[in-house]
Amino acid sequence: MANRCAVIGIGQTQYAAKRDDLSIAGLVREAAARALEDAGLAWRDIDAVVIGKAPDMFEGVMMPELYLADALGAAGKPVMRVHTAGSVGGSTALVAASLVQAGIHDRVLTVAFEKQSESNAMWALTPKIPFQPPVVAGAGGYFTPHIRAYIARSGAPPDVGIRVALKDRQNALRNPYAHLRMEDATYEAIAESPMLWDPIRFHETCPSSDGACAMVLASEPAAANSPRPPAWLLGGAMRSEPIMFPGRDEVNPRAGRDCAADVYRQAGIADPRRDLDVAEVYVPFSWYEPMWMENLGFAKRNEGWKMVLEGATAFDGELPVNPSGGVLSSNPIGASGMIRFAEAAMQVRGQAGEHQVAGARKALGHAYGGGSQFFAMWIVGSEKP
Amino acid sequence: MSERVYGIKTPIRLEYTYIAGRARSAFLRALAERRLVGERCPQCRRVYLPPTGACPTCGLPTEERVEVSPKGTVTTFCVVNLPFYGQRIQPPYVCASVKLDGADTTLFHLIQDVPAGEVRMGMRVEAVWRPDEEMEASAETIRYFRPTGEPDAPIGLDGEGG
Amino acid sequence: MREVAVVAFAQAPIVRRETERNEVEILLPVVRDAVERSGIPKSEIGFTVSGSCDYLAGQPFAFVMALDTIGAWPPVRESHVEMDGAWALYEAWVRLQHGDVDSALVYAFGKSSLGDVGEVLALQLDPYYLAPLWPDPVSLAALQARAWLEADGHSEREMAQVAARSRASARNNPNAQLAGDFDIDDLLAEPYLVSPLRRHDCPPISDGAAAVVLAAGDLARRVCQQPAWIRGIDHRIEAQALGARDLTVSSSTALAAEKAGVASGPVDIAELHAPFTHQELILRGALGLDGETQVNPSGGALAAHPLMVAGLTRIGEAAQRIMDGVAGRAVAHATSGPCLQQNLVCVLEAE
Repeated sequence: MANRCAVIGIGQTQYAAKRDDLSIAGLVREAAARALEDAGLAWRDIDAVVIGKAPDMFEGVMMPELYLADALGAAGKPVMRVHTAGSVGGSTALVAASLVQAGIHDRVLTVAFEKQSESNAMWALTPKIPFQPPVVAGAGGYFTPHIRAYIARSGAPPDVGIRVALKDRQNALRNPYAHLRMEDATYEAIAESPMLWDPIRFHETCPSSDGACAMVLASEPAAANSPRPPAWLLGGAMRSEPIMFPGRDEVNPRAGRDCAADVYRQAGIADPRRDLDVAEVYVPFSWYEPMWMENLGFAKRNEGWKMVLEGATAFDGELPVNPSGGVLSSNPIGASGMIRFAEAAMQVRGQAGEHQVAGARKALGHAYGGGSQFFAMWIVGSEKP
Repeated sequence: MSERVYGIKTPIRLEYTYIAGRARSAFLRALAERRLVGERCPQCRRVYLPPTGACPTCGLPTEERVEVSPKGTVTTFCVVNLPFYGQRIQPPYVCASVKLDGADTTLFHLIQDVPAGEVRMGMRVEAVWRPDEEMEASAETIRYFRPTGEPDAPIGLDGEGG
Repeated sequence: MREVAVVAFAQAPIVRRETERNEVEILLPVVRDAVERSGIPKSEIGFTVSGSCDYLAGQPFAFVMALDTIGAWPPVRESHVEMDGAWALYEAWVRLQHGDVDSALVYAFGKSSLGDVGEVLALQLDPYYLAPLWPDPVSLAALQARAWLEADGHSEREMAQVAARSRASARNNPNAQLAGDFDIDDLLAEPYLVSPLRRHDCPPISDGAAAVVLAAGDLARRVCQQPAWIRGIDHRIEAQALGARDLTVSSSTALAAEKAGVASGPVDIAELHAPFTHQELILRGALGLDGETQVNPSGGALAAHPLMVAGLTRIGEAAQRIMDGVAGRAVAHATSGPCLQQNLVCVLEAE
């Protein structure tokens, strides 16, 4: 049987387009050191380190856990490096939790990062590989056709994406770590921004950020000594499906639905919209919020957009989504999934400061990657399971 | 007086020789003959184009070759408006998923010879090939897809898996 | 800890350069072979995890293409490490401890032939101080070999003996790339590649793939006549900088060996992931192996060295000998990073 696992420390870096004040090692240490401080621990107290990040081409360093071993106080310890595309921040946290749940280690440091300003992120995402047609559309170019398909199938009105972006941009102002802080965000400002991939406009898109996020995960006995209230892991799951097969539902992928059903079952959640207090969901382009509301079972098929227009996902709504400002506000690609997981934990620990959702006791962290094919999710709570 | 040094530039240049593999090589050679050839899974019987050599849902090798039509239907698309690295065409341009008649998967390619605003889901399109003297076993033998003028085809908006 | 065993192992024949098939096409029959041998229906395998490397493949997200080989439908629990498949196996072993899934498929693939592997591996190094100098892996290993030769009165002859023995053993391995009988004096008469290393002291460049199926407790006993039980598994890393550690002793291997319990019984065979001859001798010392242990009956990394696969293959080869009843207790080792920076040790036993 899996042992209990708690989040006892969380640390984030200031997210920015370019952190030229730190090396890669400095970036991960900034987050890790903050997590250790939050946990009331020293480097030597950590038993194992699990690092995650997206493709190494983002920094030009192959297998960076090797270079980062001493920066993370890991000499003499087990170190692993997870890479599951965009969901990696989440799956890294789950691999780290797995070590505690298996009873192998008491205190695991997990870090996810990207210092993508060091290389060329656009190139690293889609370099020219032979044998493929020269159709360069960018990341948005992959996802926007599915957004169009969602709009066509759901009949959603055209302003839904703008409203999601407005919400996340305003939420970011309450998050001191956020990269994009748009003080003058208004509906008009977003609606009038340049169209990138119709219907996604400039202000409805995620930035490219440098950043790292770290957590200290602990066993029940180790958590008993932690200085601040822990967030307890209530459920964690990963699911993958192939990117291309006939009849695949790319708008509402089954892997996402199955993953969500698994975490809800583990956490004893019957009605996620009712039972969850807050959700940090991986939304890189505005329209993915209503799509994920359906995929996560918060809304019925073709009705996710209604949650947005009703204000249900607003900071003061029934189920706030991305009170941190989300991926739309900060996007160090390898870290974004872990930031969602960490923000969920911060909420139930009462640590989210100005973007704290009052009384949050159960929160969902969600990450996805690839062609909407890799999903990692966890649910954390303020009470022991 | 010295300037603050906050980084170093290390140019990295690596050369790779990519192997297309059996399935993709056959596909590319057929393209040089203006033929679109996919592969069928022995279990689920679906035709994959371009073929990868394996059926992703069954995990079986695909070997049966199936020729499909150069005509197909746009299942979804996007209009690219922004400039970025690697781009060859001036934006705005349309990229679309095209389901060729006879194939069960879609190809991602350019749609041209039509204003971006007129591209729609269900539009019928056909491949536009390079001229004879430029034909070779390459993914670039199809320059783009253009409307055929046929009436739109129905497309299933509710994808059902498996 | 829940009992977990290797119940199947399969690998592709290792070659210098596979030009007909891409990574997916090499991997697919290997995965199918391993699953079939396991006796566990593919749809019942509870977890899948792989090891591979984007910079080796020359493209980002290289592991995604391999997903097609496992038939991930309905959606599966699947993960990936950008490391040798031995660490993917570790992740699978940990996952099976939870108790909710009973079996796991682990696979790894890599084609070192696509790029210049020496240049590619330079990118593993500290990007500010070391990588811009582009040191190649042979030169780095040579630094270590020199230190080792002078530390304890070792000889180049000992290294040549490792080379000759490995490639002679490989003659019994139909999947090995380099096999044959070599005379020690002939080998020593060859010029240095990078002193003190000669060509025979170095691994080949290889393309390959391998897969292992793990099963827990009663399931393992049900599907496999003689499961190779993982009695201990641990891995440790050292600082990367060559000047920051003693290159002649592999302290991380010694620590991992202690945690994995290598010394608590006789070791019939040891499959050691030693790409360079002197490294095998360093590892023997770190693992505390005596003359009774047969080392690298498969030929080891000196006979076949597909990066990202070679470590997982050591575990598979050791496990296979237990499953075949040829060995009762075995140690398998995997390494990552320059000069044995990171090491994994796995102890396998028959029932």
